[in-house]
Amino acid sequence: MADEHGIVASGLVREFKKGPRAVDGIDLVVHPGEIYGFLGPNGAGKSTTVHMLTTLLPPTEGTATVAGYDIVREGPQVRAAIGAALQEAALDPLLTGREHLRLQTTLQGIPRSERARRGDVLLERVGLSQAADRKVRGYSGGMKRRLDLALALVHSPRILFLDEPTTGLDPQSRSALWQEVGRLAQDDGVTVFLTTQYLEEADVLANRVGIIDHGKIVAEGTPAQLKAEVGRPTVEVVPVDPEDKERAAGILARFGEPCAAIQGVAVRLRTGEADLAEIVRALDSENLKVENLQLHQPSLDDVFLAKTGRSLEGAGEEDQEPELALEPA
Amino acid sequence: MSDGFVEQVGQLARRSVVRTARQPANVVFPLVFPLLLLAVNSTGLQSATRLPGFPTDSYLAFALAVPFMQGALFATMNAGTDLARDIQTGFLNRLALTPMRGIALLAGQLGGVMAMTAVQAVVWISAGLILGVHFAAGAGGIAVLLIFSLLIGLGFGALGAFLALRTGSGESVQGMFPVFFVFLFISSMAMPRNLIEIDWFRTAATANPVSYLIEGIRSLIVIGWDAEALALGFGFAALIAVVALTLATVSLRTRLTRS
Repeated sequence: MADEHGIVASGLVREFKKGPRAVDGIDLVVHPGEIYGFLGPNGAGKSTTVHMLTTLLPPTEGTATVAGYDIVREGPQVRAAIGAALQEAALDPLLTGREHLRLQTTLQGIPRSERARRGDVLLERVGLSQAADRKVRGYSGGMKRRLDLALALVHSPRILFLDEPTTGLDPQSRSALWQEVGRLAQDDGVTVFLTTQYLEEADVLANRVGIIDHGKIVAEGTPAQLKAEVGRPTVEVVPVDPEDKERAAGILARFGEPCAAIQGVAVRLRTGEADLAEIVRALDSENLKVENLQLHQPSLDDVFLAKTGRSLEGAGEEDQEPELALEPA
Repeated sequence: MSDGFVEQVGQLARRSVVRTARQPANVVFPLVFPLLLLAVNSTGLQSATRLPGFPTDSYLAFALAVPFMQGALFATMNAGTDLARDIQTGFLNRLALTPMRGIALLAGQLGGVMAMTAVQAVVWISAGLILGVHFAAGAGGIAVLLIFSLLIGLGFGALGAFLALRTGSGESVQGMFPVFFVFLFISSMAMPRNLIEIDWFRTAATANPVSYLIEGIRSLIVIGWDAEALALGFGFAALIAVVALTLATVSLRTRLTRS
């Protein structure tokens, strides 16, 4: 049994009346203070899992505890311990940012004397102080997401659920949100359960990643572990003179097995990226002029490909997650 | 009732009022449209007052009850579409993740609707007074009229909330608008029931609860203190409110499936 103050799920299943098993027996453990990336294509079951863990949707089978509380029997305690920014910032376009915070602090039971100060602090933290009195309908996608995050934090939750928080954001907004999420975990010790379909997001932000496909977790570990599982890095060398390709291949063969290359010649390294310096020295000592030399690390997409036989990019287009229905099967 | 609950209802009601006020179409149209219809009907149908048995010599006074019902229909639509939008955008999920009690959401939403209903009622009454309508039940009658309007607004607002919670779709709520309007037209809206000559129309109007709501309002304006009309009016308004609130509460419980 893992730490009771993180998230523990065992055999979690969710079936819908007129659809497949959106979530099909998920087991996972998220440790306190950890950022757990739940990576998968559209329709994989990410949002359904979040809805179950946040008590918005009862599981068909299985159990889970969040912050040590059972998601079925202790819903109010779970909700008091968590904050959530669900898919698509759920904001009222007619209210201002400050009015959203006033409503949220009231509904979260924050003492009246603290509400305004708490709201101001959070608006400042997410960089919305200047825009606090503007109606949300005039906000950009990034501003809406940041307000959504601020609203999720008004009651200082121990666990934060972020459902695809950066979908549709420009790179700058995405980076700002990553920074804030990272700070929450590192400085405030908040446990973060983050769903995403972006490889880079999981790679950069998550301490551990669970890859979900068709409602099942197909791989789990740190990004480095997962990549190491599927293979070693490759090195590709493009000689200045195309006639030297054969000679370059001979040199590279000392360091690994040949593999497919786009322009030049490539090998899959036998002992990992530590060989890179040796390769450069060997090419230099043989006086082989190189136009380009690249180290390719396996990506999480390679992991997804190895586990499911499909690439993550566009994998979800053919099977969208069923709309969250109310009635269990 | 705890302070927290009252505060929750207050904030949700405030939000309901604020967002209605920030959508000019939701404020202006429900005020202007009934006034225009009142102006057209009261001039065009004035001759109807010469019919033997017509209860007043001012068709304006007779027809002044109708805007109250039209306002209630708009309240239904506005309450329903606002709540449906909250469901569609996920805002309801945000609220569901707070310790908010479900009934606070409904009370807050309906509080906002009733505030709008009160504004409308004041406008209709003021318009009547400005145009020379004599309120037969006097100042006390006007006070009762306001209370009656709020009860009707509560019932119809709850009906809109029920439709939104049941369907989760603003379009479905708006799709009911013509149906509600049919109820309004097949009532004693334009003519006292005893003067409707077409049998099926008179029967339908007699079976239609909207007739009794209109007649209750109208009695205070043109007759005075008519105990039977008021009892029937308040009775049906209360019945609609109780049924609609029950349905809305049950639907809210289903919609908020949080454990």
